[in-house]
Amino acid sequence: MTAFLDFEKSISELDSRIAELREGATAGAIEPEIARLEAKSDKMLRDLYAKLSPWQKAQVARHPERPHFKDYIAGFVEYFMPLAGDRAFGEDKAIVGGFGRIGGRRCLVIGHEKGDDTASRLKHNFGMAKPEGYRKAIRLMEMADRFGLPVVTLVDTSGAFPGVQAEERGQAEAIARSTEACLALGVPMIAAVVGEGGSGGAVALAAANRVLMFEHAIYSVISPEGCASILWRTADKAADAAEAMKITASDLKRLGVIDRIVQEPLGGAHRDPAAAIANLAKAIGEELSALVGLSPAALRDARRQKFLAIG
Amino acid sequence: MSWLSRVRTTIASFTKRETAENLWHKCPSCGQMIFVKEYEENQSVCPKCEHHGRIGPDARFDALFDDGMHVRLPAPSVREDPLKFRDSKRYADRIKAARTATGESDALINAKGTIEGYKAVVGVQDFAFMGGSMGLAVGAAFVVGVEAAIADKCPYVIFTAAGGARMQEGILSLMQMPKTTVAISRLREAGLPYIVVMTDPTTGGVTASYAMLGDIQIAEPGALIGFAGQRVIESTIREKLPEGFQRAEYLLDHGMLDMVVHRHHLRAEIARFISYLCPQEAAA
Repeated sequence: MTAFLDFEKSISELDSRIAELREGATAGAIEPEIARLEAKSDKMLRDLYAKLSPWQKAQVARHPERPHFKDYIAGFVEYFMPLAGDRAFGEDKAIVGGFGRIGGRRCLVIGHEKGDDTASRLKHNFGMAKPEGYRKAIRLMEMADRFGLPVVTLVDTSGAFPGVQAEERGQAEAIARSTEACLALGVPMIAAVVGEGGSGGAVALAAANRVLMFEHAIYSVISPEGCASILWRTADKAADAAEAMKITASDLKRLGVIDRIVQEPLGGAHRDPAAAIANLAKAIGEELSALVGLSPAALRDARRQKFLAIG
Repeated sequence: MSWLSRVRTTIASFTKRETAENLWHKCPSCGQMIFVKEYEENQSVCPKCEHHGRIGPDARFDALFDDGMHVRLPAPSVREDPLKFRDSKRYADRIKAARTATGESDALINAKGTIEGYKAVVGVQDFAFMGGSMGLAVGAAFVVGVEAAIADKCPYVIFTAAGGARMQEGILSLMQMPKTTVAISRLREAGLPYIVVMTDPTTGGVTASYAMLGDIQIAEPGALIGFAGQRVIESTIREKLPEGFQRAEYLLDHGMLDMVVHRHHLRAEIARFISYLCPQEAAA
């Protein structure tokens, strides 16, 4: 059963009531009542998700049951061959990357992986990459460029890891070079913000020809809590900060920062991961089809123009 | 005249220029009291402990260019307050206050001139203007600076100083990271050097974009340089940070810089690199 978010309390109560009725039901007599309540629950969910606040979207984007990198790989990347290491320091599992096929087409796929239980979250460092993660991404992108492979990235990170060793090994430099590597590609690049697009740690994998974003994903310069604690001097104002910063897909589309919004199933991607994954696969496939065949120079120029024009 | 109004009159006649605060500068590092005039003549470096104070575009241009002669590039016009942002104050009011306080239009100012006879375009980030933070105006000024350098076939030298991206411009400030990176790629393709001088403090999205992409990476002594803020790191690792963490000398030790250079020697050091990398560009 889905873990409900705080703002979904009324729906959670109704669904428990439905479950109770089902359990107690011996005859078909209460079937109409169950159907009525289910319809009501459905409508409540629809109404609620049609007007989620930016802060509520942040909760949905971070939902623990939301599909993660490995789910998208299993869902639409055939013959995925993960590759590892930055050839300089280590292997950072917060960023996963490798060769595969999307709709039969050869691609390099890179993304943040947050993990979905305690063991895997620790293994992937909650999707917070260190310099070696970005340097692995750079290595893979440069290889994709040489072999003419389109690059697809799936962005889902609260941000790059803030730690002593990460700073020591040049976190800032690694992010800057990764952004530079995206912008230098002579192959198509598509980035999809699938959950959280957290600051520099996100943009380092998202300076793409086309930037897609899930309907309830967020993308921001700093987390709402971080912004609130600096500008409002208390993290309690995160909802206000989320509102003021414009972090939702529809806001970012209006600002020209993203190119396409990918719809999520009713109640968010975590309620029907298969549908969400299929929607994303379709969108990526369409965007790739539009870009393959363009010359390396045209792809590079278009990408550069796009970022020069933002503002 | 009552005693109160007498005191008031005395206070009023005590003009700003004569206050101790305006005559003396107290070094934040060693506590030494220094005559402001003497301090400024020493490029805001403490004569006792060599602490490098923060300086703005004017002082930087004066110290760097031959005889201080330079021409400022016009600030590009950008959308103001694109998100109509408001926290405890309106962002529009914060900008207005920063303009009044600094006399500058935003946090990155470009100028061109010669350094020991070599042409250069120089950008200076002003920490006094909203913490030097990078928003649309800073990104656009960076692009303008690079384009001027390409047009004049000379290097672009940037003095960085920033808390990071300007949160009040939200995602648009984040987008200045790829934007400035595109400009740097163009400079590289034109075969022109990009010299970065990191000054105190340079952190966040500025460090994670144009401040770390220099052909030559220089920093001033003691400058705080990093990606994540120290409080954020402390709360993540729950222990005290090592001595000298995120200081220029620490970055030099960890391979992130070419050199740490005293402010008094920056001009000569920068000229040395330009003369080596662009020898044909010496002004007649």
